[in-house]
Amino acid sequence: MDPAPQGRSRYVIYTHISYDKILNMKLTDISNDINEWFSGSGPLADIVVSSRIRLARNLADHKFLSHCSTAEKSDILENLKAILMSLDLGDEIFYFSVDKASTLKRNFLVERHLISRHHASGQGPRGVVIARREFFTAMINEEDHLRIQVLKPGCQLSQCAKQINHIDDMIEQKVDYAFSCRYGYLTACPTNLGTGIRVSVMLHLPALKMTGQIEKFFNAARDMSLAVRGLFGEGTEAASDLYQISNQVTLGISESDIVSQFENTIIPEIIEYEKSARNQLLANQVDTLDDKISRAMALLQNAHLISSQEALFLLSHLRLGINMHEHMGASTPAIERLCALSNAETNVDKRRVLSITTINRLFMLTLPAHLQLNHGKPLDSGRRDALRAKIIRSALGQDTQQRS
Amino acid sequence: MQCQICNKKAATIHLTEITEGVRTEMHICELCAQEQGVAAKSQISVNELLSSLLAVQPTDDELFGPSEQQTPCPQCGFTLDQFRKEGVLGCPYDYDVFEKSLLPLIEKAHDGKTSHCGKVPSKTPERTKHQIERSKLRRQLEAAVQNEDYELAAELRDKMNQLNGPSPPGTQ
Repeated sequence: MDPAPQGRSRYVIYTHISYDKILNMKLTDISNDINEWFSGSGPLADIVVSSRIRLARNLADHKFLSHCSTAEKSDILENLKAILMSLDLGDEIFYFSVDKASTLKRNFLVERHLISRHHASGQGPRGVVIARREFFTAMINEEDHLRIQVLKPGCQLSQCAKQINHIDDMIEQKVDYAFSCRYGYLTACPTNLGTGIRVSVMLHLPALKMTGQIEKFFNAARDMSLAVRGLFGEGTEAASDLYQISNQVTLGISESDIVSQFENTIIPEIIEYEKSARNQLLANQVDTLDDKISRAMALLQNAHLISSQEALFLLSHLRLGINMHEHMGASTPAIERLCALSNAETNVDKRRVLSITTINRLFMLTLPAHLQLNHGKPLDSGRRDALRAKIIRSALGQDTQQRS
Repeated sequence: MQCQICNKKAATIHLTEITEGVRTEMHICELCAQEQGVAAKSQISVNELLSSLLAVQPTDDELFGPSEQQTPCPQCGFTLDQFRKEGVLGCPYDYDVFEKSLLPLIEKAHDGKTSHCGKVPSKTPERTKHQIERSKLRRQLEAAVQNEDYELAAELRDKMNQLNGPSPPGTQ
């Protein structure tokens, strides 16, 4: 790889090259590893996988996007792109043109949570500005002119709030946002009106599911007016046991009150439910727990064809086993076998291989667009299933080999 | 506690009145309440209490300007029919132009809340910041009444009175 200059200068150098070329190069730069917010680290990370806050903003004296001509959209895009690329975020910043990217690359950006599905499938000039470490992304011309977000591993909503507020302040110095004294920040859809804030956390809740108590979580979320989605939107939560909860009310409540509700009420309550379910598994349902973990290990170590959904489902059980061992000191026959894989590696090179980071890496790198981008060409579903199984077998099989 | 009027039956209705900062309480039975013309509700509606507390306060319409007729937006030509189909608005001015039609929807989407509370751009004029402060006090007052914290409610009402008169409507 070229000895690229840092920060802003890097962007300037590449302005003469087509954006698609930049996209190709940079995406493969990041596609071989997981991003920081999915590393499995951070406070309360055994249940709260990541924290995210996004703000919706629009430029004053411009129509909302659905009523903008292509020329107006281009003007907004160029204006905001120049402002965002000039921000000092303490990291390299890249711009990707979403409308010029191939479907595969757009899907990759969605899998990595760098853009929304809506942004990927939208129309007209639009793009995304991304910090190299992926803690910050800004979608330009999504539903609103600008949607900025900050992501962090574990439960770190206050830190996300502080950082995004600072970034928002820096942008605000250079633009006039559409703002009304009554309704606050004006958004294309009235459901985002006011603060324009969406606070969300991604939760791993496998024990609530195994013990048949996941309804408890849904009821609590409903009572607290929260929206619940799967890892990659509707329908994917069942596979991965990963759920995203977010606030729906954005008007009449301050940003800090929403964040503190999450940190002081919502998150502790849900963590308590999941912890109690994990304790219940250990106390009364060890066979259920061990069966799930053992089956997951057996299938992942031996399968030759594995779908993305199945991989998400099985890896979730390995994540549960490792987290219960690390955070609760759990020791059942299956958990011990699972940890023997990691311990064998620890003895070899003083480094845990079957860590949560490894599980998350397998989780992300075997998603369809990641697989194809890293493979270098599009693959049909059958070939993807074979490649996915091979990568997982190799990651877990290598452990077995070194243990023996 | 016995009824303060008949001194016989148990007092089941408790009235708290705050006039010019002076708090008076009254405890009476249901029968005496009916005779005195006090509605024997399980609790006095929040709206009634609010309307008396807010009687001297400017209304939202006075603060923010009356709603416009439901005509196409002069800025973007957007109509409410389009909003019903697309679910998104045409331009920031639509919030003023279609205020009457949008308000019930905004209220429903935001748990009954209809005015901003939170971050304000630093460039916002002082006058606008003042209006937002007034709205914030009004919301706190509503919450105080709902929590039956009448001392706090009276205090908030006084704070609102101290603020300047209503500012002209309009967005930044």
